[in-house]
Parts: sequence; structure tokens; C-alpha cells
Amino acid sequence: MKRIESVNEFVIKFANVNGSGSASANELFAKAILRMGVPVSPRNIFPSNIQGLPTWYEVRVSERGWLGRRGGIDMMVAMNPQTWDADIAEIEPGGYLFYDSTRPVPASKFRDDVHTIGVPLTEISNTSYSDPRQRQLFKNIIYVGALSVLLGVDAAVFEKLFAEQYRGKEMLLQSNMKALQMGRDWVRSHLDVEVGLQVQRADNVGDRIFTDGNSAAALGCVYGGATVAAWYPITPSSSVAEAFQKYCDKFRVDPATGQKRFAIVQAEDELASIGMVVGAGWNGARAFTATSGPGISLMTEFIGLAYFAEIPVTLIDVQRGGPSTGMPTRTQQSDLLACAWASHGDTRHVLLLPEDPLECFEFSAQALDLADRLQTPIFVMTDLDIGMNQRLCRPFAWDDERAYDRGKVMTADELEAGRDFGRYKDVDGDGIPWRTLPGTHPTKGAYFTRGTTRDPYARYSERGPDYLYNMERLMRKFRTAADMVPAPALRQAEQPTTLGVIYFGSTSPAMDEAFEQLAAHGVHLDGLRLRAYPFPESVREFIDTHERVFVVEQNRDAQMRTLLIDAFDTDPAHLVKVLHYDGTPITARFISAAILDRLPASAARPGEAAATAAGPANKEAIA
Amino acid sequence: MTWITKPRMHHPTLGVNKVGYTRRDYEGRISTLCAGCGHDSISAAIIQACWELDIEPHRVAKLSGIGCSSKTPDYFLGASHGFNTVHGRMPSVLTGANLANRELLYLGVSGDGDSASIGLGQFANAMRRGVRMAYIVENNGVYGLTKGQFSATADRGSKSKKGVINSDNPIDLVGMALQLGATYVARGFSGDKEQLVPLIKGAIGHGGAAFIDVISPCVAFNNHSGSTKSYDYVRQHNEAVSRIDFMPERSEITTQYAPGSVVEVEQHDGSILRLRKLDEGYDITKRYEALSYMHEHHERGEVITGLLYLDPLALDLHAAMNTSHQPLNTLGPEALCPGAAALDKLNASLR
Repeated sequence: MKRIESVNEFVIKFANVNGSGSASANELFAKAILRMGVPVSPRNIFPSNIQGLPTWYEVRVSERGWLGRRGGIDMMVAMNPQTWDADIAEIEPGGYLFYDSTRPVPASKFRDDVHTIGVPLTEISNTSYSDPRQRQLFKNIIYVGALSVLLGVDAAVFEKLFAEQYRGKEMLLQSNMKALQMGRDWVRSHLDVEVGLQVQRADNVGDRIFTDGNSAAALGCVYGGATVAAWYPITPSSSVAEAFQKYCDKFRVDPATGQKRFAIVQAEDELASIGMVVGAGWNGARAFTATSGPGISLMTEFIGLAYFAEIPVTLIDVQRGGPSTGMPTRTQQSDLLACAWASHGDTRHVLLLPEDPLECFEFSAQALDLADRLQTPIFVMTDLDIGMNQRLCRPFAWDDERAYDRGKVMTADELEAGRDFGRYKDVDGDGIPWRTLPGTHPTKGAYFTRGTTRDPYARYSERGPDYLYNMERLMRKFRTAADMVPAPALRQAEQPTTLGVIYFGSTSPAMDEAFEQLAAHGVHLDGLRLRAYPFPESVREFIDTHERVFVVEQNRDAQMRTLLIDAFDTDPAHLVKVLHYDGTPITARFISAAILDRLPASAARPGEAAATAAGPANKEAIA
Repeated sequence: MTWITKPRMHHPTLGVNKVGYTRRDYEGRISTLCAGCGHDSISAAIIQACWELDIEPHRVAKLSGIGCSSKTPDYFLGASHGFNTVHGRMPSVLTGANLANRELLYLGVSGDGDSASIGLGQFANAMRRGVRMAYIVENNGVYGLTKGQFSATADRGSKSKKGVINSDNPIDLVGMALQLGATYVARGFSGDKEQLVPLIKGAIGHGGAAFIDVISPCVAFNNHSGSTKSYDYVRQHNEAVSRIDFMPERSEITTQYAPGSVVEVEQHDGSILRLRKLDEGYDITKRYEALSYMHEHHERGEVITGLLYLDPLALDLHAAMNTSHQPLNTLGPEALCPGAAALDKLNASLR
């Protein structure tokens, strides 16, 4: 029988029951491999349930550092009888099945092209523990112990991890170590199998950190100076607000008085949460909300008001599968148009497109600056794949000299000195007017904010010329924004090429890997990773200097391509769609296959087959 | 009549308050509402109340939703910042504004359509949270700007101008405010300025969520016979339970009252509410008694007005959250940003 053999390059998937405590055991497993110096990228795959139903954790181990989802499973840890059949079917031929052999499983339930490893996990656990909850929790640690021997992960690494996790909780440390050891001992004394998948010490993690995009975004809001947060719980964004609370409790409580330098409101709905953010922004506090697609839909009226009344607002949209309730626990990049053009009438909004937790941190902090500077809503467009999974990324950095850009706020002194104040007047030529905050001056600078049209001095007016002045100034402001937002990142191919690819956000790690796969097929592409909308001129130049440009995105309707065509009047034939939208994170295999498929046969080196097609991803969706 | 500029001059003998302003300094632009609209009387009462309270106009932020009532903040306190938000959502915007700067006074102006129909959820939740504000609903039971449709506060059996009888039960905002935890609840009538001005003063001085439902007849669409929100109907059925005076600090009682009929209530900040009870058995500190009293009288077709409930020591959302006394919108990086060293430690914990 074929055996998959690989050192430090494989995919292992845990099939669990949610609410069973498997999440922390699985994370422990992933972290242990990281501590061996080998990069991992885990992904939670969890239907919208809380307890008793299936959940998966897929870990890609890759010494080479590929952090995108690979597709295909080399080893399945099958802990959930409900999903057994589908889980077993997913294993690549020659792969491995690890299961709890306490109760006999009929031979027909196994595959003869897969190596089977049975460990009586329940029995081991039940022999040592009598409390049902302990039996359950330690069973998870026992399988981590068993796997660690099979895959060659050092026990010392776990010791250190437990010591860090249970610092000052000696009992817990000891009991976890004991359970881990039970799993290790059982495998050593009972099994004589060699698993072809092995972890060996390497030095490829460096100083990178392992964190999720949602808590990184929350941290960015703390560093960026947000003081008011209003939100309504919605998957997959809730942990942004919860992490903001946690970091504020840690960093923003006055030690002397106990007073809090923040206010967080869990509002009654998304309409109220965006309303509070608008009110706080109007009144000069940095404020944000975090939500997902359905929340954006509810917020659009207020987003239009904030655009037209010119109020700083920061929104973190952790995208999930739409439309409607859609796929609440699956990932997509399908809110681009909903956000870029949110609300009725002619509107344009700034989108920031982070690729990983580090950029979630940086862009959230920057969004607060941009919102103040541009006096408009700024969207941080992350997604479930970045938001709710831990990802290896460069460490967070902050310059202590960095000041907050509060934008054009006219002070009492300036008003007193007789400086002309027209709330909606373009005095600097950049389309951005000056504003005053409530309470600034006893007699000067007050104005009435409204969503109805007005003249440059904020006086109600439905006159056509006043309306046009305002709408054209808003467009001018939007053009100003293009040069303030994070610039796109260019990645030049190793050899000159007429092919280009545009991508953004969580597609990034899969794209990085696809570049290499495609190069092996003789296909070289220049890459442009968009980091924001509106697009600066360099994006137009990139499109114009390549004969064909692939636009890779995770939605059905090619929403980014639509924005590009709209921005530059590009010939649609010039921009080739590469779309992945089944709810699973995009893979390098999918991108490579799709691009090869869309190239004339002569473009790829003859004799080389296309990489494995989108099969695994599709299978995943069915499971 | 917006093309007419309001003359800035005023009579030289016009009184000046303690902060140096005349009553005219509290005015705004000329109203664009219909002549005789109850809302204009409420604007006048707000002007009077702020002048009497010696409030500097720019220390007030006035927020509203959408509708006739919500247009009015343009017609008073011209030196204050105002915000005409979206329909039914003033409470959330006011909440956010209040969180940003706890030092300003917040005036929320809304209507019955704005608060009882489209904005009922936001109204209810702002009351629950105890946001410090004076929330005034200018209640006429009808949609004015869209020409005469019933609103959710129209009484069952009342007749529209076109002759339609309303078959739906009304939403009672006062009852809801009482149930949901508002700590200052009153009802006024735009036609009774003498009662309304002190109610507004008390609401502005209150330490928590203050709500006033002001019956404010719509002369264009809801002032006919058969309406329960007309001037005539309210005048005939008005049952005041109390008259109040509000004083920022204790002062001597100069008017003679029958013994025992006047109660002084000290508020959280030392200000005084002097209450003259018109119904001797009525206790304004009993939330649920207020509710049943009001409902009993409503069943008899009476409109109960006056201060209906007061928790004099009420505090607000900031107190509940223990937010910094210094307004959040004044804090800079030194107070808000944990800095690079903290970040390095955090990085270390994520490896």
C-alpha cells in the first residue's frame, strides 16, 4: 500500500464534537509544532452550532512556510462518529487514520488504501479519571500525547507550553502533563507503526507571532485611540469587541481611580451600534463598530448619513458567506460592493484590505486616523479566515512618537481669531472641509448637521448648484483618499511577463504559494496585492502594462473586478475572473489550476500537467 | 418663510441672565413649521428654560431624528451644535455623543412617529441604559410631513382629518419610559407653557434619563373634533398632577402655599425640585403607582400631565460604566496608547 511520506510538510485534520474541549487541545498541538520551529496554519471549520455537533480543526504543517489552506488531508484524527464516513473519505490515498479504538468499529468502516492507527483513548481516560468532564477533557490531551509520539514531536515542548499556560496553577500543570504522558506511553508500549508524516526541528518560525485577526484588529483600535465601541453580536466578528474589552481592561483603566478610558456598549442591534459610533464620531471621540455582512446591510442608512454629513466612523467588517444569513461560519470576500457603495444615492467609501493579523492591527489603527482625516466611514475588510483563525505573522510594532491624526478640527482660538468657518467648504483644495466639535466656542463655529443638502456654510439648501458643489467636493475628497490609504504591494515575477494577477486580503498566502506552483509550470505572473480602495494610479498602470490580468477573489460576482472596471473604465475582457466562493478558504491548488485553465495551451510549458484541480475544496464543502 | 432673516436686534431692556445672555440669544432660525404648530411653543419653552437655567448655549448639544418635531432644533439654540440624524435613531446617536463628551448637556428632540413607530426600539433601549439627556417627544399623534397618516400614539377610536377611525391601540411612551427605567418622567402640553418650562428645566437638570412626552397639536392634520390630540380635547381633558419649579440651588420659598402641599426634592448634584402637588395622594417617587394612576385616568379619557415620576438620586450610563471623568474625546495617545514596550510583551506572549 502506498504511504504518504513527508517531513514537515503535511495536513492533519481533527474531526471533533463541539463543546468537548477539543479546541484547546488542538491549539496545543499546533503550538507544539510551532515551538519545534516549523510553521503551521490551523483553520477552524465549524458549522453554526454550540454544543454536541461536528467541528473540525485543520492544521497545515509547512516548513517552507505556506500558510494558505492546501486542500487534501494526509492524516485524519477521527473523534466524531457522526461524521466518520465523510471524514474517512477525505483522506488522501496512502494517508493515515487515527481513531479511538475503545469500541470495535466494523471492518467495512475503514478504507484499505489508508493506514489505520487505533488508540483506545476512552479506555485510557476512563481508567484514570472518574469525573465525566475530566474524562472528556483529558481524552483530548491523551490524543495529543499519542500523536506527538507518532509524529515525532518532543515532549519537552509540551512541558514548556503547559508551564506557560498554567503558570501558578501547579495542579493543572501536573494533571495535563500526566494525561499527555499517558497517551505517549500507550503508543510507545503498544504500537509498532511508523508514520510517514514526521515533524523535525527546524528554524523557520523566527520572531513571528501566532494570533488571530479579530483580536489583532481590537488591539489596533486600542493603540489607535478608539474610546467608544458599540456593537451587536454576530459571527464571525463578535470576538473583535470582546477582545477590545479585554485589552481595554488591561491597558485603559486608570490605576489610581479605577476609571475607564473607554466606553463599550453592546447595543440592541446594528442600527443602534452604528448610530452610537456616528454620535461619538460627530462629538470628537474615536469610535468603531465591528460586524459582518448582515450587520452592514442594517447599517447602510447610517453609513450614507456619515458619508454625506462627513462624520468619522470606523467599521470592521469580518466577512462571511452571504447573501442573507448565508454561511455564517464560512469565509468569503463578498461584502466589497455592499461596503464600497453602501447606502442609497451616490456614495463611495474607503475600504482597507488586510492580509493577516498584523495588517488587521495596523489597518485598524490607521482607519481611525483616516476616518478623522477624511471625515468619512472607513471599512476594514477582513474575513472569517483571517479573523477567527490563528495565523503566523510578523510581530506587531508601534512607534511611540506616533501622534494621532485628528484631521481638520478648528479650535476655539482659531475661531476667536476670526478664521472663516464653512463646514462644507473646500478651503484647501483637497475636498476635505474643516469641522468644529460641539461646545468649542460660545458664539462661533456652531452648525446644524443634517443628511439633507446644504450650502458650504451648512445652511439648509436644495439649490442645484449647492448640491453639485457638495457632491463634487465629496468626489474630490475620495480622490484625495486614494493617496492616503495603504499603497498596493507589487510582486515582480522572476522573469519579464505580460501576465498579471491582482489579489487582496486573505487570498494572500494561497497566492504566494500559487506563484511558485505556476512558475514550476513555466507560467510567470507579476502580482499586485491591493491593500485599499479607492485605488491609486499605480493600479491603473499595473493593469495597462499587462496583457491579461487575473483578478483572484473569494466571491461569486467578481466584486473587486467590478470596482476596478468602474474605477478605470478598463475593458472587461482585460480582467480575467478567478473566483472561489464555496465558503472554504481559497487554496494555491485552486488558483494555479484556474489560471492554467484560462491560459492558452502554449503559455504553459508543454508536457506539464495542471496542478491538482479544485477537487479537495469542493469535497470539503460537501462534508 | 425661510427667506426672511430674523433681525438680531432686541429691546435694550431685555433681561440678561447670570451668564450674560438675553433670551434672544437662545433662539435659532425662523421656524418653517405651520402657524400655530404646537412644536413652536415647545421650542419657545426650551428657549425659556435654558435662559432661566443660565446655561451657556454652546454647552448644549441638540439631537433629533426625522419629522416635523425633529426639524425644530434648528429653531432654538442657534449657538449650539445640532444634529438632525436619521428617522427613529436619535437615541443611539445621542448615546454615542454623550459617551464621547460627558460634560455637555444633551437635548433629544423627537416625535411620536420618530420615537413610537420607527424608533421604538431605540427609545426603549436608551431609557434602559439611563443615558443622561432630556428626551422630549413632541407628540401629535400624526405624521405631518407626509400629510396626515396616523402615528403609533394615536388613540384607538380617534378620527383622522379624512374621517378614518383608528382601530389600533396606542403606544404609551410615558408608560414605557416608566417601565424601562427612565428616572424622570413627565407629560406636558404645548399649550401650557407655565407647566412645560419647569418640566424642561427639571429634565435638563436631572442626573439620568429624563423623558417628557409633550402633547403638541398638529394644526394642519390633527386638530379637528374626533381627535384626542387637538388643542380643544387636551384643554378639556388635562388633569395636572403636579406643578414643579426647578432651581439649580436652594432658594427661599416666596409664594404662599397651603401647608403640606409643597415638597422640596434634592437631586444628585444638590439642585432642588420644588413640587406642588395638585392631587394630594400622588407620590412621584413610586414608579408603579405612577403607571397605574396614569392608566386609570387614561381610561376615563383624561390626559395626565405634570411630573409623574422622579428618582432624585438617579445616575447615568457613565456612572454605571465608571468612565473617566475627563471627557473621552479629549484624551490623547498618552492616555490611550499602551506604547511599544507593552506591545513587545504582548508579542512575546503570542509565540
